[in-house]
Amino acid sequence: MTTALEIKNLHVNIGDQPILKGIDLLVKQGEVHALMGPNGSGKSTLAYTLAGHPAYEATAGQVIFGGEDLFEMEADERSRAGLFLAFQYPASVPGVTLAKFLRQTINSRRQAEDPEDKGISIPQFRRFLKEKMDMLGIDHKFAGRYLNEGFSGGEKKRVEILQMATVEPKIAIMDETDSGLDIDALRVVSEGANRLREEFNMGALVITHYQRILNYIKPDYVHIMMNGRIVESGGPDLALKLEEKGYDWLREKHGELEEA
Amino acid sequence: MMTAFTQDSVKKLSATLNEPEWMLAFRLKAFEIYENTPMPTTSNEAWRRTNIRRFKPDEIGPSINGDAATSWEIPDFLGKELTGEEVGGSLLQIDGVTRQYELSDALKEQGVIFCDMHTAVSNHPELVQKYFMTEGVQVTEGKFAAMHGAFWRGGTFLYVPKNVKAAAPLHSVLWSVNGKTFTHTLVVLDEGSEAIFMDEYASGEEAAGLHNGAIELLVGDNANLIYAGLQDFGQNMWQFNHERGRVGRDGKLDWVTSMMGTRLTKAFQTLELDRPGAWGRMSGIFFTNGRQHLDLDTQQNHNAGNTVSDLLYKGALREQSRTVWQGMIKALPGSQKIDGFQANRNLMLDKTARADSIPGLEIEADDVACTHASAIGQLDPDELFYLMSRGIPRKTAVEMSVQGFFDPLMRRIPFEGVRNRIFDRIVEKIG
Ligand SMILES: Nc1ncnc2c1ncn2[C@@H]1O[C@H](COP(=O)(O)OP(=O)(O)OP(=O)(O)O)[C@@H](O)[C@H]1O
Ligand SMILES: [Mg+2]
Repeated sequence: MTTALEIKNLHVNIGDQPILKGIDLLVKQGEVHALMGPNGSGKSTLAYTLAGHPAYEATAGQVIFGGEDLFEMEADERSRAGLFLAFQYPASVPGVTLAKFLRQTINSRRQAEDPEDKGISIPQFRRFLKEKMDMLGIDHKFAGRYLNEGFSGGEKKRVEILQMATVEPKIAIMDETDSGLDIDALRVVSEGANRLREEFNMGALVITHYQRILNYIKPDYVHIMMNGRIVESGGPDLALKLEEKGYDWLREKHGELEEA
Repeated sequence: MMTAFTQDSVKKLSATLNEPEWMLAFRLKAFEIYENTPMPTTSNEAWRRTNIRRFKPDEIGPSINGDAATSWEIPDFLGKELTGEEVGGSLLQIDGVTRQYELSDALKEQGVIFCDMHTAVSNHPELVQKYFMTEGVQVTEGKFAAMHGAFWRGGTFLYVPKNVKAAAPLHSVLWSVNGKTFTHTLVVLDEGSEAIFMDEYASGEEAAGLHNGAIELLVGDNANLIYAGLQDFGQNMWQFNHERGRVGRDGKLDWVTSMMGTRLTKAFQTLELDRPGAWGRMSGIFFTNGRQHLDLDTQQNHNAGNTVSDLLYKGALREQSRTVWQGMIKALPGSQKIDGFQANRNLMLDKTARADSIPGLEIEADDVACTHASAIGQLDPDELFYLMSRGIPRKTAVEMSVQGFFDPLMRRIPFEGVRNRIFDRIVEKIG
């Protein structure tokens, strides 16, 4: 059975400020959707809202994930149900090592299934972690470092994908995972994501400003968000058109939205 | 019948312990000071934030034979710890009476002395007479230092001879059942020696009474001591402690303190850097909940130039608990090239808790780099969200975040088993 993320007429406020003004989007497992749009248009707001950040308040609309009302679930339940967000700006967690954190993400899943579960064994976890780190070209010494503390921009992004590979989500939202990655890292990270697609039929919502990542993670659909609405949807060529022409033609086409 | 803190009790205690004349004389002198020193009140500057009006010492009384625990039972988790790790010497005392004792042949051959304080008084009188409450804690420091001098019982003596690097760490557990605990820790590291010592004092929740302890850490020239003093009493205990570490030329003292229990604690902890090249680091870990009150008074005294001190005390607070940290860095006139740092960070887990943080500098030299920092914060909601967004339930996320807050200090505790025990305690306290 494939899982879908279905967003219907979603309105979201931050404080009193309306940010998302009616989003409709259907992402099915196995599909890749690219979400593009100018700075401040609301892409990360959508991502945070879906992941369950408490500061984002849905004022109207609905999101169904795997047949369930997403807003009835806490952030941790959403994750365990198979929804993943690779953050644009990952928080750092001082005092908690990457290894300890990843082990806990695995154990929390096992214990949600079976409260008696004693967790993954240390040797098994070590093997697992080593394999994933090698796949993403992450130095093993990162395992002992505090999560994201002092990591460079690109290192944080790699570690987001390492987390994605650890939890094997059904649908992943990748919020500007490409920004901050060098050319080689972009390829390695994209290959990692593609492998998850092949192995687990992962679906993806790839938020980006550039065509580059889409050369590796090939989108089935491209959507453009402006001022809290999706104003244009199309196939892969829409991203190429943006790359070439920028956003002005869309601003002209949807000029009235700018004032709203 | 109740036994009070009287001169007669001093004599009885000393007789019970079969002490030599000189120790009885020492106790009697301390008792005289005890009698002539009034109980501190909030009008004493050092006690301004800690009110002990409800503390009635004579309702608790000293620990004289007969009061000693009849129960020989050691809580499982303590027994396990004593044997679980690679330890060169271990000591378990219950209410000041030694119940288990081991010292490895390797340490014996090195000439390391590790035993309970009473054995030290009998077998090593020259060392005890020279170092017991002479260079470290003084009986004249206050009411409770004097009380301790007169009524001390139990605790550990560690002596490492010149140029000896103790082959393995040492570990004491001082457990209380009757809630009358007056333990004395005396560590003497002779020139060029090294040791690691974990000193735990604890009780079950049922123990009600007093811990009036003293800790003396004397680190000679070029010597290197790692010491962790870990307190985990039940919440019906009062605690009044005097603690002093002294460091000689190019010596090092790495001093970790953890405080989890008691209803009320007032501890004076002083680091004396006596000679050029001396280095001292003080790390504090504490977690209060309920109506616990914890007041820590720290001093970093740079008595010579070219000395470095580094203090970081971190506390987590819940419910109506209250903590006070008052720190002072002092530099004597003429002590140049001094580097002193102090920081206190508190994590407020409930709005009803209160933490006071009072740093201070008294610097009479000019070539100095002394800084302090204090901060009060809550759990970071973005950090919690991040953990939860990976499938970790809120409760576990909070536990991880609090453990993370303490982790850099926990890493300074040399035994994993003991670290885990403190972690478990923290998780328990988060509730
Ligand atoms: N906590 C907040 N308080 C107030 N306004 C906010 C807050 N967070 C976001 N916003 C506003 O919401 C709007 C959408 O922000 P969002 O981060 O979703 O944009 P974005 O499309 O992801 O932009 P970018 O491409 O730069 O990452 C912006 O105008 C931003 O300033
Ligand atoms: Mg964004």
